[in-house]
This record gives sequence, C-alpha cells and structure tokens, in this order.
Amino acid sequence: MIELHLEARSGLPPYQQIVRQVQRALRLGVLQVGDQLPTVKEVVERLAINPNTVLKAYKELEHSGLVSPRPGIGTFVTATLSDGSFASHGPLRQDLLRWLAKARRAGLDDESIEALFQDSFRASADQGVA
Amino acid sequence: MTSAIDTQGLTKRYGRRSALSGCTLSIPAGKVVGLVGPNGAGKTTLLHLAVGLLEPSAGRIEVLGHRPAESSEQLARVGFVAQNTPLYASMTVGDHLRLGGWVNPTWDEDLALERVEHLGLDVSQKAGTLSGGQRAQLALTLAVAKRPELLVLDEPVASLDPLARREFLQSLMSIVAEHGVSVILSSHLVSDLERVCDYLVVLVASRVLVAGEIEELLASHHRLTGPRRDGLHLPPDWEIIEETVTERQCALLVRHESPVHDPAWTVEQLDLEDLVLAYMGREATDGHKQGRTLVGAHS
Repeated sequence: MIELHLEARSGLPPYQQIVRQVQRALRLGVLQVGDQLPTVKEVVERLAINPNTVLKAYKELEHSGLVSPRPGIGTFVTATLSDGSFASHGPLRQDLLRWLAKARRAGLDDESIEALFQDSFRASADQGVA
Repeated sequence: MTSAIDTQGLTKRYGRRSALSGCTLSIPAGKVVGLVGPNGAGKTTLLHLAVGLLEPSAGRIEVLGHRPAESSEQLARVGFVAQNTPLYASMTVGDHLRLGGWVNPTWDEDLALERVEHLGLDVSQKAGTLSGGQRAQLALTLAVAKRPELLVLDEPVASLDPLARREFLQSLMSIVAEHGVSVILSSHLVSDLERVCDYLVVLVASRVLVAGEIEELLASHHRLTGPRRDGLHLPPDWEIIEETVTERQCALLVRHESPVHDPAWTVEQLDLEDLVLAYMGREATDGHKQGRTLVGAHS
C-alpha cells in the first residue's frame, strides 16, 4: 500500500497529483500488479480532501488501463509502468546530454536552457493534441 | 438530478440595506460547495435563507427541490451548523445526543454514538467544558446524525486551531465519502476550500460575482503578462477581471473560453486564492458603480 500526499505548492490540481504519484510508484516498481490502492475513504480521511478528487484520479488511472476497481473491495493495480521503456532510457539520456553540452557551448545558462526546454516541450505537447 | 440549491433573483433586504441582492445560483447535488467573501458580504444571510431561518424579500430559493422549511420532512433533509457552533453549555454530550434523538424523526443513534466514540468524547462531559475543536465536532455529529441530504455549515472552522481544523475537515470529508451528502460551507480559508470543495461561490457586497466548478474556474482563468501595446484587441469572449498596466508591461487576469494563442502573452496558472482575491478586488474598485456581476457565464 502506498501513502498518497498533496503538495500545496505544486501547481498541479490535486487529482493530477494523485495520478502522478501512483504512476511514479508504478514506474519505480513500488506498486506492482495485484497491489491494492488505498480506498477512497482512507485517502479522504487522511488528506482531508474531496472524495470526488480521489475518484477522479482513480478513474483516470482506470482509463489508462493501470488499475481496475473490484466493487465493494477496492481498486487494484492491473498493469505496471516499470518495464518496456527502461531500455530506451540510456540512449535518450545520451542524446539529451549531448544537446545540453551544445546549448552551453552556444552560451545558454541553466535558466535559458530550462525555459527553452519547457517551451519546446509545451509546443510538442500541443502538436500532439492537435 | 435535483439541484442542492437553486435560487432566482434571491434578495434579502433589511429596510433600505440589501444583505443579498439578485442572487441567481444553480448548484448541483452531490457537491461540496465553498462560499467565500468578505465579512458582511451576505454569506450568513444566504445560508440562513437556505435553511429557512430567513424569508426572502424577493426572488425565490429552492433547496433539494423544495422551499426551505416548508415541512418537517424538508427540515429533516437539511442539517445546519450555525456560526460559533452553538451548544447548551450546561448539558452533557450525552444530553445533546438524546435531545437530537427527540427532535429529529430521522435520527441515527448508532451513527451518533459511533462518531462520539471515534472522536474520544466523554458522554458525561458538559458541552461548556469542551475544547473548540470538540464543540465543532459535536455540532457536526448532531447535524450528521439526522442523516440529512444537505449539510449547511456557517464558518465551521473559523475559530479552530490548525490541527482541530484539519481534523474537522477530515471528519467532514469522510462523512461525504460515506454518506454522499451535499455540503455548503462558508469560510475565509481559501486553501482549505481548495482541498475540500469542488464548487465555489464568491459573494461580495451582497452579490454573487462568480460561481462554478472549481476545476472549470481554474481552467478558464489565467494571468497574462506581455509588453504594453496600443490598440490592443482582445478576443470578444475574454473578460478582464484585473488589469495592471505599467509603461512597458501589461498584466491581465482574464476569464476566457477560447485558448490563448497570441505568443506575446505569457500565460500563468492561478490558484484559487488568486482568483478569489481578484474578484474581491474588482468589486472594491468598480463593482459598486457598474453593478456588474459575472454570474451569467456559468448558468
């Protein structure tokens, strides 16, 4: 069982924070297939948040095929995120390091690099949606 | 689905003074509604109208599809905790529960006892000697044990320390999770409301300035900053809530339906507090003169 929490200053809506925390736990192998998520009532009681927030997060996880509810029992992990993409992490990291070196040679400081990355990331995400 | 609260032009006047003017709201059932606004804005008036302690001067209000306090059945469907959680100081916790049982036809004795035990309250203790947090929890217990469909709470956490406040909200949220009750609560603590509520009503100077699902409100309000430009044309669906213009820069807080395409704007997310403060500030500067309200967009 994992402990969920909320960050007041994360800027993300609470339901997305819960989704990300579960995804992260799945990616890191903290949660595995068959594990149970805390019940809505448990999360609500601990965090003092609206039950709909938790329900919405669990629905979204269900939609992406990661968990499934068993009525009257709880919500269980049905898939994991820890396999598959791991193999490609290394080469991607190499590419990114090479790009970072290039950006520094071009005279960009850390903040400019971050701004450029965020901007490009958003642009590519927008294209993906359109 | 029936609305939890439905009002049309709801107005309450005391002589010439309006405590609430032309309030039009349609709040779906199953929500936890936060009611915010400065002191004297009319929050308590609206809540008292909802529970039938006050009669409207004009307009109408329906709660769960009926006029407030029109029948004993209607009274049983709404639980109310007034400001400062009034209890009988010389009566014990147990006396309060017995009283609750006598006056409420739908009283759930098991639920009341279970909650009192869970809270660690001593049934033989006099209410006058309870801490602020315990008093608030007992008042909530009395309201919940009548198994209402709607809970109306007037500033339930205003006088509580942070720990008691958190415990109260934990209790309230677990009640919502378990019994699916709708809630409307007033508070000044927007950070609390952001956690527990999914619907927000901003009431300033007797008027509803904005009302809607918190998620939709946050998705449709942004802070835009960009270079100052003359002859700036904004899309017709943009509504400027707050505007700061310096020689070089222009900062707007806008409500908008269409996405922001102009790359000259830097778009920032707001948190609920920014949003509430912007509406309150707007009322202070131009609201009285123009008498504008922004309610139209949600209905």
